[in-house]
Amino acid sequence: MRANCWMGRNHVEVRDVPDPRILNSRDAIVRITSTAICGSDLHLYDGYIPTMKKGDVLGHEFMGEVVETGPDVTGLRAGDRVVVPFPIACGACDACEHGLYSVCENSNPNAGMAEKVMGYSPAGIFGYSHMLGGFAGGQAEYARVPFADVGPIKIEDDLPDEQVLFLSDIFPTGWMGAEMCDITPGDVIAVWGAGPVGQFAIASAFLMGAERVIAIDRIPYRLDKAERAGAEVLDYERTDVLDALRDMTAGRGPDACIDAVGIEAHHPAPLMYGYDRAKQATRTETDRPFALREAIMACRNGGVVSVVGVYGGFVDKFPMGSLMNRSITLRGAQCHVQRYLRPLLERIRAGDIDPGFVISHRMPLEDAPHGYEIFRQKEDDCLKVVLTP
Amino acid sequence: MNDGRQRKTDRPARALGWAGVGLGAAQLAVPNAVRRITGVDDSASAHLLVPLAGVRELCQAAVLLGSRVPGPWVWTRVAGDAADLAVLGLAAARRRGVRRRRAAVATAAVAGIAAVDLATALRRGRRPWDRELTLHAAITVRRPREEVYRFWRDLANLPRFTSRLESVTVIDDRHSRWAVRGPSGRTVEWDAEIVEDRPGEVIAWCSSRGTVVTNSGEVRFADAPGLQGTEVRVRLLYELPYGAAGAALAHPERQVREDLRRFKQIMETGEVLRAEGGPEGVRAMPRLRRRPAQPVTTGGTP
Repeated sequence: MRANCWMGRNHVEVRDVPDPRILNSRDAIVRITSTAICGSDLHLYDGYIPTMKKGDVLGHEFMGEVVETGPDVTGLRAGDRVVVPFPIACGACDACEHGLYSVCENSNPNAGMAEKVMGYSPAGIFGYSHMLGGFAGGQAEYARVPFADVGPIKIEDDLPDEQVLFLSDIFPTGWMGAEMCDITPGDVIAVWGAGPVGQFAIASAFLMGAERVIAIDRIPYRLDKAERAGAEVLDYERTDVLDALRDMTAGRGPDACIDAVGIEAHHPAPLMYGYDRAKQATRTETDRPFALREAIMACRNGGVVSVVGVYGGFVDKFPMGSLMNRSITLRGAQCHVQRYLRPLLERIRAGDIDPGFVISHRMPLEDAPHGYEIFRQKEDDCLKVVLTP
Repeated sequence: MNDGRQRKTDRPARALGWAGVGLGAAQLAVPNAVRRITGVDDSASAHLLVPLAGVRELCQAAVLLGSRVPGPWVWTRVAGDAADLAVLGLAAARRRGVRRRRAAVATAAVAGIAAVDLATALRRGRRPWDRELTLHAAITVRRPREEVYRFWRDLANLPRFTSRLESVTVIDDRHSRWAVRGPSGRTVEWDAEIVEDRPGEVIAWCSSRGTVVTNSGEVRFADAPGLQGTEVRVRLLYELPYGAAGAALAHPERQVREDLRRFKQIMETGEVLRAEGGPEGVRAMPRLRRRPAQPVTTGGTP
C-alpha cells in the first residue's frame, strides 16, 4: 500500500510499504477514506519528538471502512464505516474504566521508553513515535487498529467524511480544552493559537456558554477565521498581549486560558525567542513554552490554564510563582477522545457545529509532502489539510 | 533493600568527590607547585602527567558528585590511587636528597588517601565482584486476587509475559523445568521447585541444586486499595555467572517491570499488545527487539 512516511527532519515521503495485518485478536484493519495532517504532526516533521525512526508511517487522524476484524472483535464488522480516535485504549484498565483513555495502561508496548521521559507512560498513539507505542499511522491506504471494539465509532448515517473526520482528534481536543476551563456564564476565555485545535476550542467555548472568547495568534488568516467565529483577536506581534488582555477584561484577566500552541511557540522579541530556540537546539530544553508562560501570567487570579497544545519534555523559566501565589489551576491532557465521540457526533448531527469549517486544503495522499510544507510554512492560507488515499 | 547501608557510604563518597575537585583543580591550576612539592620538578614527563592526573581527578569527582548512587564509583578512585602510587614510588626510588624525601612524603600522603578511598569503597553493601543480584518490581492489575494468583500458579503461563524465558514445563504440583535463552543464544535449562504456596497470597520458588544460574523468586498478591484490583510484587534473586557487570548491561530490573506490564496486559485484556513489526509470535523475548512503526514485511493483503 501507499503510506506517508517520516524520513527524517523536514522530510516526509509517500512510499510503498507492506499492508498492515491483524496482529492481536481485537485488531481491525481499516481501509482509509479520509485522513488529515495534524498540527502535532508538524512537531514530528520538525524533529522535536524523540524516538521517531526513518520509515515510520505518520498520521493519527483518520477514518474509513472496516475490511477485516480479529476473532475477538465484537460490535464491528467488515463494511462498517468508522472514525478512529488517536489514542489507543484497551477499555479494561483502571484508567479506561475512569474515562481517562489517553492514559490507558495497556496500549503502549514501549511504555518503558515513555517512563524514562515522563515518569509513567501514557497510552499508545497512532503514528506518533516509538516512545508512544510504535504503531503505524493513518496517512496511508490501510491501518491496523488495535482494541477495535473500544475506540472506533461507527458512523451509520450519511454524514460526509469531512463532517465527522475530526472526531478523531482536533474537535474533541478543542472541546476538552474548553471543558477543562469549567466555563460558567459570563466567563471570558483566552485561546493561544488559532490553528485547527484553537478554532475548535473557540467554537466549543461559545457552545459551553462563554461570554467572550479572545484568540491570540500572529497569522492574519487564522485570526480572521477566529473573528468570523465570534472571537475577539489579538496579534501578538503587534500588541502586548498581557496589557491588551488586562485592558479588555477591565483589570481582571481572562477567567480561563487555553494553550492550543504547544512546544513550537514563537515570541515577538528576537532575544526571548532566541533564548529558548537556542536551548532547544542544544537539547538543554525540549519545549519552547512561550504561550504557556504567557497564559499563566495572563490568567485571572483563581482561574484555570488548560493545556491541549502538545508538550514533549521539559520547559524552562516556568512561572511557578505566578501560578502558586495566584491560585491558578493548571490542567492538561492528551484528549480522552473516546469519551467525547458520541456526544460530539450528536452535536454534529444536531447541526450545532460543522467541523468541516477548518478545512482549507484537500489533496490526494500522494501530495502529503506538499501538504506538510504549506501547513508548516502557513502558505496559501493553509489551516487544515485533508488527504484522500 | 540495603538502603541504610548505602546511605552510610554515600556521604563519604560525596566528600571524596569534593576532595577530588580540590586536588584536581590544584594539579591543573598550579602544576609547577605540585611538581615541586612531590619532588618531580626535574622530570619532563611530569609536565604532562600532573595535569592529566588533575583531569582524571575532576572526572572522578564529576561522577561521584553527579551520580545518584555515588558509592560504586569510589572504586575508580581506588584504581587512580594505585596508578599514582606506582608512579610516585618509582619517582622516589630514582631520586636522591631533598627530591627523594619530597617524593616519599607525597607517596605516603597518597597512600593515606588511598586507604581512605579503599575503606569507603569497602563500606559499600555490594561490591563490583559480588555476584548476587536481587530484583524487584510491582504492578497493579485490575482483576480479583484469586484470579491473578491462579494465572501465575500455572507456571506454564510465565513464558507468555517473561522475556528470556523460553518455556516452563510443569512436572508435578511442585516441580517444573525452566528453559531460558542465555545472552549467547544458548538455551539453559534447570529444575525449579515451589517452596511456598499460599493461595491468593504468595508463590515462592527456588532452582534445584547444581543449576548454572542459581535463582529463586517470589510473587506476592495483595488487594489494592479502593477496589482497584490486585497489587503484584515480584522479587527475584540471582547468583550470576558473569557477575554484576553482566547484569548492569542487561538492565534486568527494567526487564522485570516490562514483564509485569505484559502480565497485566494479559490479565486485563486477554493478550499482549503488539506493535507493528513484531511478527515473531507470542513469545516475549523477540519483542524486545521489535522495531518499527512500520507494517510487518510478511502477511496477507486485507
